[in-house]
Amino acid sequence: MAEAPAIELRGLARHFGERTALRDVSVLVPAGATLAVLGRNGAGKSTLLRILATLLRPHHGEVSVLGESLPKRAFAVRGRLGLLAHEPLLYRDLSGRENLRYHARLYRLDPARVEQLLEAVRMDSRADDPVRLLSRGMVQRLAICRAVLHDPEVLLLDEPRANLDPAATDLVEPLIGRAAGRTRVLTSHDPQAALAEADIALGLRDGRPAFLSPAAEVTPEQVRELYS
Amino acid sequence: MRTAVAVLRKDLLVELRTFETVPAMALFALTTFVIFHFGLGRATLSGQLAAGVLTVSVLFSGMLGINRLFVTEREQGGFDAFLLAPVDRTSLLLAKAAALFTFLVVLELIAVPAFGLLLLGPSLGPALPGLALVLLLADLGIAVIGTLVSAIAVHTRARDLIGPVVGLPLLIPALIAMARGTAAPLAANGAASVPLKWLEVLALYDVVFALLAYAVFDFLLED
Repeated sequence: MAEAPAIELRGLARHFGERTALRDVSVLVPAGATLAVLGRNGAGKSTLLRILATLLRPHHGEVSVLGESLPKRAFAVRGRLGLLAHEPLLYRDLSGRENLRYHARLYRLDPARVEQLLEAVRMDSRADDPVRLLSRGMVQRLAICRAVLHDPEVLLLDEPRANLDPAATDLVEPLIGRAAGRTRVLTSHDPQAALAEADIALGLRDGRPAFLSPAAEVTPEQVRELYS
Repeated sequence: MRTAVAVLRKDLLVELRTFETVPAMALFALTTFVIFHFGLGRATLSGQLAAGVLTVSVLFSGMLGINRLFVTEREQGGFDAFLLAPVDRTSLLLAKAAALFTFLVVLELIAVPAFGLLLLGPSLGPALPGLALVLLLADLGIAVIGTLVSAIAVHTRARDLIGPVVGLPLLIPALIAMARGTAAPLAANGAASVPLKWLEVLALYDVVFALLAYAVFDFLLED
């Protein structure tokens, strides 16, 4: 029997008042695969990530993550999901170490995991500085640590490499890259880079699927049309 | 419970780093005493009038704390981070109510002696045990209602208005009991014990609204 998909969307729709943010979105993402969600600003990419992260309820359709139906079984998947959002979700007046330790307490993790991650992204020397004093790239590194702190099976990445220089990009690769072996959903304003690391690509235009195909089969014309 | 302790610890740490809430509350209370001093045209107060002034000052200072209770969560993504975690969401209610309760107690540790010095006619010393009992019970009610109202308000555009508009009517029973309960210990002819009736009203109020908050808080956090 084939393994159940890690993420399954059928006819997903979400509205904000009169505005339709997502409509008729259906996708299957196998375990360990990467889905790249492409589209212009306001196309519905972040809304899709927030629904998968259990932060928003779908208004129509079915959403299943790791075999659990959302939003009904949201509690069962929360500890198995990681979200790297547009905002870092860190307290500016606390240090990076304090922020990560706080999250470690929420997830009931050993504080040693915090130290391990700080070292992995080379933030251990600045870990006691308040987050508000750090550069955007450093904050992004901490945000990545927060997202993978509990070693989630599914990683939802909204512009994961924003503000990172090439050296920092290399540092976070083992945590959020394909090699980590997680099921990933990622959005990016750089479609070529996103397609290069994805297995499946979903193009969204005004909340509706413009295309859904293996990432390798997406043509430059499709991408150009999506962003035109 | 461990989650609530983690959130409370974080909240107290943020307050210790920023000093954004408690100093503002204390300054507001002290300013209120000065305004009452000149507004009432009396050098000293006692009994019902003193109780009213103290109640109003604690209440309005408390509103500042209520309005700021979820500001950090809203502005810095703390809500999303908490909602992503596999934790009982009611622990946020417990933690926030405990944080607000702590802020109110610290406020009163500053405001009550100042009130005794600036406005109160009778000596504060004999009144303290009764006063402390009433204030602690009132703080509990204000903390629970404040957390509930603040959680509602934080998702709205008119969040600065929702706190007072929704919170004040809900707090009226507690405030009446607080004002009546503190009148006896602050009486001019020496401290009398707090009437049991008002302690019971405050305790009942606390229990009822704590249960109500526990029942509805989860829904307030839902999308």
